[in-house]
Amino acid sequence: MDEAVRFHFVVDGEDFTSAGQASVQVKKNLRRLGIPPEVIRKISIAMYEGEINMVIHADGGEAEVLVYEDRIVMILTDRGPGIADVEKAMQEGYSTAPDNVRSLGFGAGMGLPNMKRYTDDMKIESVVGEGTTITMTVLLA
Amino acid sequence: MTVTELKDTLSLTSVTLPEGDREVEGVYIGDLLSWVMGRAQADNVWLTIMSNLNIVAVATLADVSCIILCEGVTLEESVRSTAEAKGVNILAAEAPAYETAKRLAELGL
Ligand SMILES: Nc1ncnc2c1ncn2[C@@H]1O[C@H](COP(=O)(O)OP(=O)(O)OP(=O)(O)O)[C@@H](O)[C@H]1O
Ligand SMILES: [Mg+2]
Repeated sequence: MDEAVRFHFVVDGEDFTSAGQASVQVKKNLRRLGIPPEVIRKISIAMYEGEINMVIHADGGEAEVLVYEDRIVMILTDRGPGIADVEKAMQEGYSTAPDNVRSLGFGAGMGLPNMKRYTDDMKIESVVGEGTTITMTVLLA
Repeated sequence: MTVTELKDTLSLTSVTLPEGDREVEGVYIGDLLSWVMGRAQADNVWLTIMSNLNIVAVATLADVSCIILCEGVTLEESVRSTAEAKGVNILAAEAPAYETAKRLAELGL
């Protein structure tokens, strides 16, 4: 595989009031690399939803972003509870978010659908009791 | 129209205005953050009553031109200073979202 620029982040599961830091940093880094704004926006949205999900639903995790010549790949890995029914979780409006995060504006059940919508490919691998890995790809040009 | 011009035209309160020269285009109204992420467009004016720190990240990543806090909602100083530092424009209005939206519509937004 061709050489990639690689960014790696540890996503803290403690503090959802300031979550989104990895995504904001990725946006900055991509800007510096001269990635087109429309592409950065798609990546930012998909990455933020994935990052927030790890914080809210999985007590944190790790994010890896790989920038290739023709595509950007985001890999989000957590050791949270896993997703029992991925198809159901992908439905707009489905959410198990607790009340304390709903009061902050989360829990619409739109995060996973947004991730799908703003990427060209999305793969969810999840094992209940072990964790979840979500791989998203956005094609360049 | 720029964010600063919008503020002056509608006599909105300036909460943070680090990028006042940004052009505004279109409007999105909503408080559920994933709806905003999914449906707002770049350069939109975002009307909300949400005031926690997460609105700063959402505004940055969805790339809206400014937030208008409606209904007289105010921000904690830590949220305000973070928005300032991250280049997020925030205005405030006493009026409910609908009233502000009507005035935005009158401006052709
Ligand atoms: N990383 C994860 N680990 C465990 N469960 C998850 C994970 N991500 C999503 N889920 C489950 O899938 C559901 C739907 O996720 P989605 O992001 O679409 O909505 P939400 O996070 O509940 O609300 P919103 O994203 O609109 O704020 C979640 O409520 C949760 O049950
Ligand atoms: Mg979510």
